[in-house]
Amino acid sequence: MAKKIKLNDKNTEFYEKIVELSGEQVALCDQCGTCSGGCPFVEEMDITPSQIMRLVMLGQKSVMDSKTMWICASCFTCTVRCPRELDVSKVSEALRQTKLRTAIDEISIEDISKEEAKKLPTIAVVGNFRKFTG
Amino acid sequence: MKIPYFPGCTLKTTAKNFELSAIASAKKIGIEFIELDRWNCCGVVSSLTSDDLMKHLAPVRNFLRVQEMNKQGIVENENRMITLCSMCYNTLSLSNQRMKENADDLQKINDFMHREDDDYKGDVDVVHFLSILEEYGFDKLAQKVTKPLKDLKVASYYGCTLLRPKSVGIDDTEDPKILEKFVESLGAEAVDWDAKSRCCGSYHTVNNIDIVYRLVQGIIDDAKKNGADAIITSCPLCAFNLDVRQSEIKEKNSDYQTIPIYYFTQLMGIALEIDKIELGLEFNKIDPEIILTKLNLL
Repeated sequence: MAKKIKLNDKNTEFYEKIVELSGEQVALCDQCGTCSGGCPFVEEMDITPSQIMRLVMLGQKSVMDSKTMWICASCFTCTVRCPRELDVSKVSEALRQTKLRTAIDEISIEDISKEEAKKLPTIAVVGNFRKFTG
Repeated sequence: MKIPYFPGCTLKTTAKNFELSAIASAKKIGIEFIELDRWNCCGVVSSLTSDDLMKHLAPVRNFLRVQEMNKQGIVENENRMITLCSMCYNTLSLSNQRMKENADDLQKINDFMHREDDDYKGDVDVVHFLSILEEYGFDKLAQKVTKPLKDLKVASYYGCTLLRPKSVGIDDTEDPKILEKFVESLGAEAVDWDAKSRCCGSYHTVNNIDIVYRLVQGIIDDAKKNGADAIITSCPLCAFNLDVRQSEIKEKNSDYQTIPIYYFTQLMGIALEIDKIELGLEFNKIDPEIILTKLNLL
């Protein structure tokens, strides 16, 4: 039997928050799957970018438990291909920021060995911290 | 031609070979880069949420330095700011675009920078060196070439930030040609391949290297499948992933055939017969000299 999802005020609140942060009207998504089909990272993800869009559309906070938003590297491949001209990269960013703004970082500087830190390019380190820390 | 130049931090550290070769090659064709006085971080990576204005402060502050250079007569009516690093180009361009399109945001940023002498007026243009070369003319560049890169098969790797999002891309997002035109102007052969704008894994190289290994291997395999002798790029992060991470793949698997990675300006320098020391070839991880020596280009 099909699972029924009943939407309540909390769902609407979460949906509206992501729309505001991303500036994208997520409900316009047609679920065509172009974003997932072209994503170079999709193999690493637990759920696909189009599933992320669907969960956000339905205001499902459980989307925050997925690793997908952290795997997305804002390469904008989905963004330039979306037939509805939705910027899926911005939706990922809004989800990351929603978590990071509760003062929970995704990585810690101690995780990087001294040897690695020495050889990594500056933009890699700064870019990484901009995406994974608040 | 004198043009204000924004280097960015990586060109002063792990990508010295990019800066060295670009400045030397540009000089040889009459383009002089004038480094911005007191430049600061471009703000990498571009912030994508709607309420993050503060994160645009760093990129925008650099535009004031371009205004000052014009005011002081260091450059003449040159509102363009040249960049080499694709990521800096992308971040600076996206912030500039927001300032140009949104007067309220520009006002707020200017209020934050109240200790600066002037406000940012929104009339600086961020340009990538490749666009300047296109404007200079690839035909004209071909005439300057004294050592054509004959028989060298080059795969042009654009990565993400030169092309996407569309609003700041320097060429078509799906079928870019600018690097191929550049390669042909140097007398080399441009290889057609699929992976030219596929992400290399970017900053995941810091804490999730396995993703980068997988993506890099896919890109390298595609270049080899299409017969490339070399890959060129304009991004120091792509260069690191393709060059250093590729050499690590080789360390784990001695049968693995590597392919050398160059900044596009290094091959330009070779074709213009600039001394290899000035091109920083010694900073490339995978030996960049073997194929060049084999083809009598060094």
